[in-house]
Amino acid sequence: MSTLTPAVTPEDTPAPPTKNRPSALANAKSMLSSRVATVIAIVIAVLWTIPTAGLLITSFRKPLDINRSGWWTVLQNPSFTLDNYRLALGSGTSSLADEFVNSIVITIPAVLLPILLATLAAYAFAWMDFKGRNLLFVAVFTMQIVPIQVTMIPLLSLYVNTLHLNGTFWSVWLSHTIFALPLAVFLMHNFIKEIPAELVEAARVDGAGHVRIFFRVMLPLLTPALAAFGIFQFLWVWNDLLVSLVFLGGSPEFRPITVAISELAGTRGSAWFLLSAGAFIAMVVPVVVFLSLQRYFVRGLLAGGLKG
Amino acid sequence: MSAAEKFGQMFFAIGLFAVVFIGILLLASLAKGRKGERVQSLAFVGPALLLLAVGLLYPAIRTVGQSFKNGDGTKFIGLDNYTNIFTSPEQLLVIRNTAVWVLLVPIFATAIGLIYALLVDKARGESFAKALIFLPMAISMVGASIIWKFMYDYRPKTRPQIGLLNAILVKLGFDPQNFILNAPANTVFLIVIMIWIQCGFAMVILSAAIKAIPEDIIEAARLDGVRGMQMFRFITLPSIRGAVVVVLTTIGIAVLKVFDIVRTMTGGQFDTSVVANEFYNQTFRYDNTGLGAALAVVLFVLVIPFIVYNARQLRRSEGR
Repeated sequence: MSTLTPAVTPEDTPAPPTKNRPSALANAKSMLSSRVATVIAIVIAVLWTIPTAGLLITSFRKPLDINRSGWWTVLQNPSFTLDNYRLALGSGTSSLADEFVNSIVITIPAVLLPILLATLAAYAFAWMDFKGRNLLFVAVFTMQIVPIQVTMIPLLSLYVNTLHLNGTFWSVWLSHTIFALPLAVFLMHNFIKEIPAELVEAARVDGAGHVRIFFRVMLPLLTPALAAFGIFQFLWVWNDLLVSLVFLGGSPEFRPITVAISELAGTRGSAWFLLSAGAFIAMVVPVVVFLSLQRYFVRGLLAGGLKG
Repeated sequence: MSAAEKFGQMFFAIGLFAVVFIGILLLASLAKGRKGERVQSLAFVGPALLLLAVGLLYPAIRTVGQSFKNGDGTKFIGLDNYTNIFTSPEQLLVIRNTAVWVLLVPIFATAIGLIYALLVDKARGESFAKALIFLPMAISMVGASIIWKFMYDYRPKTRPQIGLLNAILVKLGFDPQNFILNAPANTVFLIVIMIWIQCGFAMVILSAAIKAIPEDIIEAARLDGVRGMQMFRFITLPSIRGAVVVVLTTIGIAVLKVFDIVRTMTGGQFDTSVVANEFYNQTFRYDNTGLGAALAVVLFVLVIPFIVYNARQLRRSEGR
């Protein structure tokens, strides 16, 4: 993210040496357009990077400097500090350390639970024979169209009145699991269907039951798919604001870092030394996960829909 | 609760979950024969179906019922909430804003994503160039909002500007603008954030579609003397039409449900509210669950056409 100008130079592809070579005019034209193309690509890349770079630089500047001059002047008068991060992570009223822990505690079960549940269901829909199988699969698949907002009021009253889970981690774990299931079942089903039937049949002939086939044959083969959906769900849960806001009721004890940053923007909208560092603390984890597992993520994107 | 206790609870939850599920599966696998087959399939799909029924289907039906009731859900008032949404000036503004979002974001995000995918295709450093545009997708919408809040930051004319956009305006001799406060332009400035986030998604999908165009078609067209814009118009665009539609509709669905940006930037003030945000405000801030439920149902109805169109397009492209 620190490099502003990417090396985006289109490959010089000379015209294939055919007998009727393109005229000099056409040649010049394509040269020109390739140069224009390069410039446009670089402009877009810079426009997309500058906002993030600006805030990142700001997060390392002293509060006084931030208020007195724009971040772009930093080259003329370089002076950096880690104090903003120390303040944002250390102890005290402006600390985000607790919220950071909350985000981790919320995210891990909210990724593991739906993956296992959805993979089990997807396996059954793909390889087991039972009554109403196709109808149920379509029903699960269609539930993707229900926006989570539609379920929130009754779900909240269920947590408050019947299950007494509101304002605890259990309510967000459960909610994220439920909301993830339709897409997860659909995606995992797409992957499971690709596994050759001979493999399953061979295992059955050897006397393996469904449980054994699932854990011994399916899960190892599905690792890339599990990773793809896992990253999806990880980014979705880590970056979520609405679900936590509604089911944790804004209680400061359990709220994740997104909620904390969002509140900070409202109450201390001009405390840029704190906001900038806080925003980057919240971003580090998903960006690292994303960059290291990008391949799988893109594969997951291309395998099916996208959760909105 | 201390951090250690929180992690303890987390491991307890995961452990409990593992024990319960492996227990259920092992018990089911004890059943043999035809009946055993049925018990096993129930153990596999049962938990997911149960959660969906209790957590998604039943609440959705309840919400529809609630949308015909008054603020605290005690009295049946028929279609009043819906009439309110489509007649009162504040609610009409919310609908108008949502329409502007749904119109602008998919079109611009897809167009820019497509142009970029074409430009960097087969270029040197392609994957790095793509990552730059794709990265905002990993950042939360809250994080993205903070980034842009800083870009839009406003100071009175006499003080040094620290937001890049106003600094440029001042340098060019204009007055600094309060981008987030002044309606109706502020909605457009919030929309820019969503375009910035979604563009990477469009770019990745369209780039994959472009790479899937068979090489011999392109080669044949090139031998026929097709170049540049013509190549794009007659070869590339028709080949990826299906992917373009899927991208447009998927972004459209995401935009309808957008909540984080509006909440973090303005909280829905200064005439920037959209349906998803108004739902939150009415339900959880003004305790008007009836109107909140009706807004959620409106959201649901608005999403349906996108999904149907998307599903049709997917089926058509698969059938090809």
